[in-house]
Amino acid sequence: MDAKRRKSTVRKIPIILLTLGLAAYSGLTLAEVAGDSERGAAAAVTCNACHQADGSGKNIPGGESWPRLAGLNAAYIAKQLQDYKSGTRTNASMMPFASMLDEQQIADVAAYYAGLPATPGSGGESADQSMLDRGKQLARRGDWSEYIVSCASCHGPDNRGAGAVFPGIAGQHAGYIKAQLQAWQEGTRNNDPQDLMGSIARRMSDEDMHAVAVWLANQNSAAN
Amino acid sequence: MIRKFTCAVVSGALLFSIHATAQDNTTQQYLDTLAALGFPAPKENELVHIPPTLDDLEDADLHPELKRVIRRGHDLFTNTQQLRDEHVFNNMNCSSCHLGDGRMPFSAPIWAAAVTLPDFRGKNAHVNNLEERIAGCFTYSMNGKPPEYGSDNMVALSAYHHWLARGVTMYPQQPIYGRGFPPPDRPENLSYARGKAAFVEKCSICHGASGDGLRIDDQTVFPATWGDMSNNWGAGLVRIFTAAGFIKNNMPLGQPRSLDDQEAWDIAYYMSSQERPQDPRYTGDVQETLEQTREAFHKHSMYGQARESDGHILGDHDNLGGKPFLKPDTVRPRTFE
Repeated sequence: MDAKRRKSTVRKIPIILLTLGLAAYSGLTLAEVAGDSERGAAAAVTCNACHQADGSGKNIPGGESWPRLAGLNAAYIAKQLQDYKSGTRTNASMMPFASMLDEQQIADVAAYYAGLPATPGSGGESADQSMLDRGKQLARRGDWSEYIVSCASCHGPDNRGAGAVFPGIAGQHAGYIKAQLQAWQEGTRNNDPQDLMGSIARRMSDEDMHAVAVWLANQNSAAN
Repeated sequence: MIRKFTCAVVSGALLFSIHATAQDNTTQQYLDTLAALGFPAPKENELVHIPPTLDDLEDADLHPELKRVIRRGHDLFTNTQQLRDEHVFNNMNCSSCHLGDGRMPFSAPIWAAAVTLPDFRGKNAHVNNLEERIAGCFTYSMNGKPPEYGSDNMVALSAYHHWLARGVTMYPQQPIYGRGFPPPDRPENLSYARGKAAFVEKCSICHGASGDGLRIDDQTVFPATWGDMSNNWGAGLVRIFTAAGFIKNNMPLGQPRSLDDQEAWDIAYYMSSQERPQDPRYTGDVQETLEQTREAFHKHSMYGQARESDGHILGDHDNLGGKPFLKPDTVRPRTFE
């Protein structure tokens, strides 16, 4: 069982297996639609304006950062698109685009971005050392005096993602990570299973969110 | 550090009392955090100890070599999988059950062992020291073979326990706040069906509906809750009350005290009704093993009993999980004749 699962997380295997395998593992009720990355590339043309042709997204200081999608788990991307479409995740920019995609196109687009090589995160370049140290602590060990469990305890080794549910966050843009943590804290994002992220985000200070965002942005983004 | 500290130093040196007040504030903040999560406040006479962190270790006035060994102990504790196939034969890390690197109350904080041992232990009916207690975890919870007494690994793990106990009196006479996995009151009825439903709803997102957990790159992200890669039938967590205490106080991760008592007990009952590697005390016959271990241990587990859902006799097998032997040679009686 274990060996099978490990294999299913190996990067190079066909995306179709990855999507199906992880969706089945996680017990998600994702429609078992196999994604085709070539069709996905065509459908993703409209996404490129923000997420870029290489899926690298963009960190925009002071603005709405666009997340890197390249190399993220396909089932995770598909779930987010479905959630935008159904309204369980809200974002004014994303909603109209996700609504244009049908089930098949969602799977295709997800397969396409999942298959792109991961690109580095930005937004952490000029962070000072004490901020990075705090971010590293939160990401790798957590701060149990505040009952903040480490990011890695769910997001996996080196925070590079664990299955379909817990996305890779190492090498994600700092602006995006911080905005999402704030959204969870405020309750404007709540499409995580069982409030697992929300309950932790609500215990984080603004500085904690900034610290973990800049540290993660500086880490290697290659998916597990 | 220790709550009664403030009173003790009121008449003491000014410098000392400033230090104690800072410690006391830290302790109070810690307790406030726990209270906000629904943990009970310490009782009047309880010993409250907030163990030092790795950052505190860097600042501590200890020999650099000792610091290195303590750090090694922490590393072994949080990544016990580095001893895989040598001392550990399942997917567990020490920190899989002892959350917060072994520091958290209500998550069997490990410093308590450093100040209460050697002590008589009902499970093996003799006086155990810290190393033997740690060996017990390797034998049962890690379904493994303990590092040799006095070995580098054992010394490192012991040193980490002692470091976390910094400043606590040996053989404290007060009860320890948050020791072990204090179980909630046992409800009148436990239900396999309710436990299964609750497990699927609240636990399976991480541990999988079949209890396999999740591993990535040979590292455990979510431990197996039963099956070959979980703890064996001799581990403390197979006792329903211990599992209920663990679950109530620690799960789902980041949401302690969120399940109601009935849910925690039903999930514990469901988990203890699943198969796992054989108890190293197995004699070759499950009923005989049960007889020999019932009073001190298995009266609290489902070992040797028929599973409610299908009548399957639990533990009636020779499956050792990933381990090529039944019993490590450290599991033996000790006498002082």
